[in-house]
Amino acid sequence: MRKVIWLSSIILMVLAGCTQPAKPGNKIVLWHWMTDRNDTLQQLATEYGKETGIEVSVELFAPSDSYSQKVIAAAQASILPDIYGILDKKTIVADFIQAGFVSNLTQDMEANGGEWKNQLFDKALADKRFEDGNTYGVKPGIYGVPIDVTNEQVLYNKKLLAHAGIARPPQTFDEFMDDSQKLRRVGITPFVSGWGELWLLDCFASNYAFNIMGDQKIFDTYRGKVKYTDPDWIKVFSLFAEMRDKGLFIDGIVTKGNKYAEQDFALERTAFAFNGSWCVDVYHDMNPNLDYGVIPPPPLSNASYPLKIWGSAGSVFVVNASSPNHDKAIAFLKWLTAKEQQIVLAEQTYNLPSNKEALSVVSPVLAEFAKGMEQSTHPNVWPVNENPTVVEAFDRGLQAIIIGEKTPQQVGQDVQMVKDKQTAEANS
Amino acid sequence: MNEKARCAAILKNNFQNFLFVLPAVAIFSIFYVYPFLNMIFLSFHEWIGIGPMHFIGLKNYQELMGDHLWWDSIGHAGYITLIALTFQNVLAFALALACDREIRLKRFYRVVFFIPPVLSEVVVGLIWNWILNPEMQNGQHIGLLNHYLYISGFPQLVHNWLGDPKTALTTIAIVNSWKGFGWGFIIMLAGLQTIDKQLYEAARIDGAGWWKSFIHVTIPMMLPVLSVVVILTILGCMQVFVLIIAMVNEGLVNHTDVPVTCIFSAMQNTNRFGYACAEAVIFGIILVSFSFLTKKITDRFKQV
Repeated sequence: MRKVIWLSSIILMVLAGCTQPAKPGNKIVLWHWMTDRNDTLQQLATEYGKETGIEVSVELFAPSDSYSQKVIAAAQASILPDIYGILDKKTIVADFIQAGFVSNLTQDMEANGGEWKNQLFDKALADKRFEDGNTYGVKPGIYGVPIDVTNEQVLYNKKLLAHAGIARPPQTFDEFMDDSQKLRRVGITPFVSGWGELWLLDCFASNYAFNIMGDQKIFDTYRGKVKYTDPDWIKVFSLFAEMRDKGLFIDGIVTKGNKYAEQDFALERTAFAFNGSWCVDVYHDMNPNLDYGVIPPPPLSNASYPLKIWGSAGSVFVVNASSPNHDKAIAFLKWLTAKEQQIVLAEQTYNLPSNKEALSVVSPVLAEFAKGMEQSTHPNVWPVNENPTVVEAFDRGLQAIIIGEKTPQQVGQDVQMVKDKQTAEANS
Repeated sequence: MNEKARCAAILKNNFQNFLFVLPAVAIFSIFYVYPFLNMIFLSFHEWIGIGPMHFIGLKNYQELMGDHLWWDSIGHAGYITLIALTFQNVLAFALALACDREIRLKRFYRVVFFIPPVLSEVVVGLIWNWILNPEMQNGQHIGLLNHYLYISGFPQLVHNWLGDPKTALTTIAIVNSWKGFGWGFIIMLAGLQTIDKQLYEAARIDGAGWWKSFIHVTIPMMLPVLSVVVILTILGCMQVFVLIIAMVNEGLVNHTDVPVTCIFSAMQNTNRFGYACAEAVIFGIILVSFSFLTKKITDRFKQV
């Protein structure tokens, strides 16, 4: 009998212990999802421990989907670590902030004449910055610390282009199509991307939407003032039909995961790829001799607006507002984003540093990616975002065009139907 | 002993018994009962995973009834299950029958047939992605299947198996059957080995050949086992998920969506936790109904 009572008590204590709040101490806990940066983060954490006497426990939870679920579950149970990342839409970030799970870092960023803030790419800070009068109802401020920046552009294989007699990478969309046919003629598959991961397809389409109709019309579409059946949106959809008809895409592009797409480009199976700046690290591991360059997606020659690419903070950490180690966590992030540590991160992981002063050490390909930051934009900095259900219908529609199942007009109507339904539900 | 003391002794005895099962009940309640009830509770709410929940009554269920993509996904899972129930289980039964007889390398076959089920679905997805790869490099097919079709003189059969809506779901269903048939094989083989050999002997003396013995001895004796295999196949195949993600990522438009990918997408892509829970509740009811129906049908067969 006594044993049973003891056993029950132990179980209850263990279960209760699962939700014990953290206590202040000389240890801070950081949760991340970046398998490729884990070793470097561990190494930097050790160095920080030696310098300051504060132990930083770097804990990896991958892949990113599982990490996201873990963070949401930890927030529900109020057991978030001192430092973590929110890999989700800005509306979810806003909910985290309003629930008191994220610190406002504006004061720390602005201290000493904005010393910390000024070192970092402004577009990277914008990822977790909330402006005055934001639609999320969040107190204005900076809520995240970017440790690197990233953007998505088109990569070209110099050797394969030369083999097809192409002297320079395409400067316009028409040249892109011409090059694609030249490549096909010599048996080279022109283009690959991991469009089995819908966000990457969405990103590519969004680049051309900016090029065709400009940001105001896109945002007006999200606000419900412009329809997806508008000729400009049909033009965006039609580009995918044209790319399909000109034989640009690799077979099976709509179900291809980005890891496979990266493998295809690294093994020189395709001449072009659409990928993010993290690919430099991936390609280096897969094929160190790969000779390639970077260009923005070739813009339309008759477009009225500049083409924009998606680019923003790559990995952003936030500080748990209820952490007893709150100040120590901020101090560590300040140290992590200082020039010396950013150089270590850039050199070891081939990512674009978030600290502008560390850019001098990056490789020529990464420097080309860095140039793209000037014309970058990101859903996280837009004043309004599309309903996720509509985005999903939009991306599925693009897939349907690529596999030749639907016309651009049909997709426009389908997406508009979903939009109308969502608007009606929101208004009811 | 007076009445009061007797009641106290009974209470004490019951309390002791209850304490013995308390740890198991507590763990079961925390990790099974509570999440299950919470899922039903959430299905009546609009919630994005964090922040306040808004009670919306049956609205999620109403929307679900008219969501044709959801019902299509049930149809897709049903199709995968149908292929498994026929192709996979017939193959498993045939191989189990073969291995139940005195043949050479019997043990080797048993091991080989049981390899696919012990592989993780991610590994199976990766292997089959390589086999079904539709691409070419330097004029050569990269995927094994297309390569062998080409060199065997069937270039007209070379195909983008996972990229074509006409073949994608069937291809996934066949790979799913390839992965799953080993379980059925092992269970059926175990079932065959429990059949008393004297029954076959008696049938042989009565003049029954192999076919008659199979119909009148093997099948009736195997009905309980077949019933278990059918229920496990239905439950397993209707819930197929990892294999689909490993083979076609987020899917080929909506042609490869199954209920679990829809639930996952509602949570992960659109942050509609309440709707995802409503999908899970309806899906659970469908699965329980299928299992119940299968049990009823096999019970009827047993009586016959």
